[in-house]
Amino acid sequence: MSARTLMCGNEALAEAAIIAGCDAYFGYPITPQNEITAYMSRRMAEEGRVFVQSESELAAINMVFGAAATGKRSMTSSSSPGVSLMQEGMSFLAGAELPAVVVNVMRGGPGLGNIAPSQGDYYQATRGGGHGDYRHIVLGPSSVQELADCMPLAFDLADQYRITVMVLADGVLGQMMEPVTLEPKPRRPLPAKEWALTGMKDREQNIVRSLWLGEGALEELNNNLEAKYQQIRDNEILCEEYRVDNAEIIIVAYGIAARISRAAVDRARDEGIPVGLIRPITLWPFPSAQISAAAETFRMFLTVEMSSGQMIDDVKLAVEGRCPVLLHGRPGGGVPTVDEILDKIRQLTIRSGAV
Amino acid sequence: MKTANIKTADMKTVFKRTPVLKDCPTHYCPGCGHGIAHRILAEVIEELDIQDRTIGIAPVGCAVLAYNYIDVDMIEVAHGRAPAVGTGMKRTNPDKIVFSYQGDGDLASIGAAEILHAAHRGEQITVIFINNAVYGMTGGQMAPTTMLGQVTATTLGGRNATGEGYPLQVSEMLALLPGAIYVERCAMSSAPRIKQAKKAVKHAFQLQMDGAPGLAMVEILSPCPTYWHMSPAKAMAWIEEQMTKAYPIGKLKG
Repeated sequence: MSARTLMCGNEALAEAAIIAGCDAYFGYPITPQNEITAYMSRRMAEEGRVFVQSESELAAINMVFGAAATGKRSMTSSSSPGVSLMQEGMSFLAGAELPAVVVNVMRGGPGLGNIAPSQGDYYQATRGGGHGDYRHIVLGPSSVQELADCMPLAFDLADQYRITVMVLADGVLGQMMEPVTLEPKPRRPLPAKEWALTGMKDREQNIVRSLWLGEGALEELNNNLEAKYQQIRDNEILCEEYRVDNAEIIIVAYGIAARISRAAVDRARDEGIPVGLIRPITLWPFPSAQISAAAETFRMFLTVEMSSGQMIDDVKLAVEGRCPVLLHGRPGGGVPTVDEILDKIRQLTIRSGAV
Repeated sequence: MKTANIKTADMKTVFKRTPVLKDCPTHYCPGCGHGIAHRILAEVIEELDIQDRTIGIAPVGCAVLAYNYIDVDMIEVAHGRAPAVGTGMKRTNPDKIVFSYQGDGDLASIGAAEILHAAHRGEQITVIFINNAVYGMTGGQMAPTTMLGQVTATTLGGRNATGEGYPLQVSEMLALLPGAIYVERCAMSSAPRIKQAKKAVKHAFQLQMDGAPGLAMVEILSPCPTYWHMSPAKAMAWIEEQMTKAYPIGKLKG
């Protein structure tokens, strides 16, 4: 499937996962990501790979845990309430240092919320939504093509660092149809999975565990995990800067909110307002250094989010009080429009005397 | 092992530890049934010659450290989720032999959905279900399998059916499902019972090796003298006299 094809985000990411060598998919139905499960049920069978519709998200993430422990590339997908149920398993994946890919096509919350697109799970995704001291990598694509491209990257990062990689999309990206090109990508050089449970033929017993009762044993694990997380912070941050030259106002946005903000940047620039966009692609690790550098040069930050303001905390941490950081947030399924963002920019311009 | 100055050539080996069981002391209480159950399991793995292709799943509960005693590739999983983990393992590795080893809190309470649906889907895994009618690791609280009238840390006046329910018969429930192809209840309460338990465990593994289309489970009634507040000998008798009333011994299916 290397030709350009019109696909919705959910199906594009599913096919991209198959091309990336996903051995097993486990999932439970939930809107707005049902196309992934349905697509996988057909395509994984065609490929002779594993598809199981689980009895719950709890079971799905634990099926991923089992398959991952044997060294297989495995994934699950869900939407916000379902991802909440998976948090126990994600904490165990972190403790056992197993590679896994989890897609969250976010919908409005809290609770059952609604089935409209949202970015309300940013905190849960980037802070480690389960218990204990851990992190996982979070990718925040902003187009159907980028969503698909995240899948081979997610599997490679997972295998390289023995970590969970979450692809954080939203209902718009999942449902929206766009032309995509899906082709195999060369894999990174990846370490052999010597830890995998494959039966102790010609070697000693392998154990996958997350319980460390001995004095200081868990502290040592936590320290090792932190060293690994630091390596990821040092090497894997992805971030796009758009029209930031001479900008007075920097919009920080990810996912579909960034896509909309980009159009607002173009319109503002047409009006002569110097606005730029910084778009984090990795949400953890967050491009703090890039934001921090920008705070030296630019005058004001505006985060555009489909939430009551969550990523804004990370921007403020990076800015360290050097500039004002403001929010344009649309929670509960609201999607910001270009006009809305443009209005906000105009107000800020008047208030701050920029231009 | 020291053999002193006895000529070993003159001696006949009448019993030896299976190499699938590691040569180390366990953390289990005196009179606990897990040690016997581990040995049964390890002997079966040796006899079926599957040590090099078996993957075991340890529960949350007293047997959480089973991998320290049973010498096969093993994983430790979240409380109750072993059958889901086993599903992921076996589906992606049909050539491997996958078993879960779960207690009654793990399997009958918090993991009730996982065991039910693994059986419902007919997952080709072997489940060893240790029923000792109490939560051991956390200090002897009521389990779904606790007997009526049984005193536990959370039923100080004895378990009362009103509000606390009746002993949950998981094997009977699973036996109703087409996906569960073999369900047998055994006990650790006497030598003949233990022999029968080993036979059942072996059969449950053999079915998986033969590619039989479904889940095989052996429930084992097992003593917990510590939280039954009785001597090991009395605990064995209590299994026979009390537990078998709620949990009749025998094959339920297959």
